[in-house]
Amino acid sequence: MKEEAIIMGMPVVIEVVDPEVINSDLHAVLNYFRDVDEQFSTYKETSEISQINDGKLSPGEYSLEMKKILSLCEHTKKETNGYFDIEHKGKIDPSGLVKGYAIWKGAQMLLKNGYKNFYIEIAGDIQTMGLNADHEPWRVGIENPFDRTQIIKVVKLSGEGIATSGTYIRGNHIYNPLTGEVSHEVASVTVIAKNVYEADRFATAAFVMGRGALEFIEKKRELSALLVTQNKTTIKTSNFTQFELT
Amino acid sequence: MDILKKYFQVSVFLAFFGLLIVVKNYIGHADEEESVAIGKPNLQTPTTQTPSAAVTPVANTTAPTSTPNNSIYKDGTFTGSVEDAYYGNIQVQAVIQNGKIADVLFLQYPNDNRTSIRINSQSNQYLKEEAIAAQSANVNIISGASDSSFAFRKSMATALQRAHK
Repeated sequence: MKEEAIIMGMPVVIEVVDPEVINSDLHAVLNYFRDVDEQFSTYKETSEISQINDGKLSPGEYSLEMKKILSLCEHTKKETNGYFDIEHKGKIDPSGLVKGYAIWKGAQMLLKNGYKNFYIEIAGDIQTMGLNADHEPWRVGIENPFDRTQIIKVVKLSGEGIATSGTYIRGNHIYNPLTGEVSHEVASVTVIAKNVYEADRFATAAFVMGRGALEFIEKKRELSALLVTQNKTTIKTSNFTQFELT
Repeated sequence: MDILKKYFQVSVFLAFFGLLIVVKNYIGHADEEESVAIGKPNLQTPTTQTPSAAVTPVANTTAPTSTPNNSIYKDGTFTGSVEDAYYGNIQVQAVIQNGKIADVLFLQYPNDNRTSIRINSQSNQYLKEEAIAAQSANVNIISGASDSSFAFRKSMATALQRAHK
């Protein structure tokens, strides 16, 4: 069973291939994503994050979920030597972490309901679980950032998360907090990790790091990465090959 | 002297090899770098799995094109749904000729501010290419840093649904 929706202006796809699927279980996850959007969308005036940015809420009034996300952001900032930073021009935008976090939580909702074989995708960031309809690992194509008719690599995933961070669509939403500049050296970074939360936050940070990302991720054994540079070459960490299908 | 000669030979060899790399890079940049383009064959992996890549329009550029009669699309102009691309709406129109996507027109795209125009003038070309050279990727899911492209795909998908025989 497959459900698709546009939430946060982004397409959400949930596919469960377990034989007995209850449609409302999938809708519960979609509704959870809608709630996350209501709370964390910087594009919605009424969202909690917008109210914080407008100075209408004091830290004591933050919801538990907000406190949790902000502390995870702080933690990630330390882990990435300051490259992951949600503060920009006096405003905060935790969306570089929220998406992966929400997908992971959504996956846990499905796991709790007994599903074993599924994936959840929000705009190119994916959590896989179990196997696909052909009883094989999920086959995930990685898009060529220069030509989206092409897939530059196919990886097989079963339980891992994958996230890609790149420049081209939302323009300035990823910038280097250390220099204030938008990163240009790297066209896209794809990170595979034990779950999409890890993949998403490190893909965001790694993209900002530029070429230095490879060294950073190489040191983190639990992460694998594929970089596409602006001069159209690909670089991967040594442990990336284990996922490559071809 | 022999050592010198050998040294010279090695130098000549290295210089030639270096030149080769430079020339190769130069040519590579003019078109598509090899290491990036290697993905194409991946799409042709020999399983019979049905393409289920979320919302990618279905067709295949590399396989021999089916005759118009076998096409799943009827000729005409089909309008897609209006989709929210976060910073504005995207709506496309697909032109089908001889059963194939001949052109994609943007009826709506965000243009209320300069940023949006800039973003879209960059991405529209990719998006057009994407639909016209629509492919059937033998993958379940695609990971990419795309946002507005999905709104595009969604709108395109409804246009193609309407074009469906």
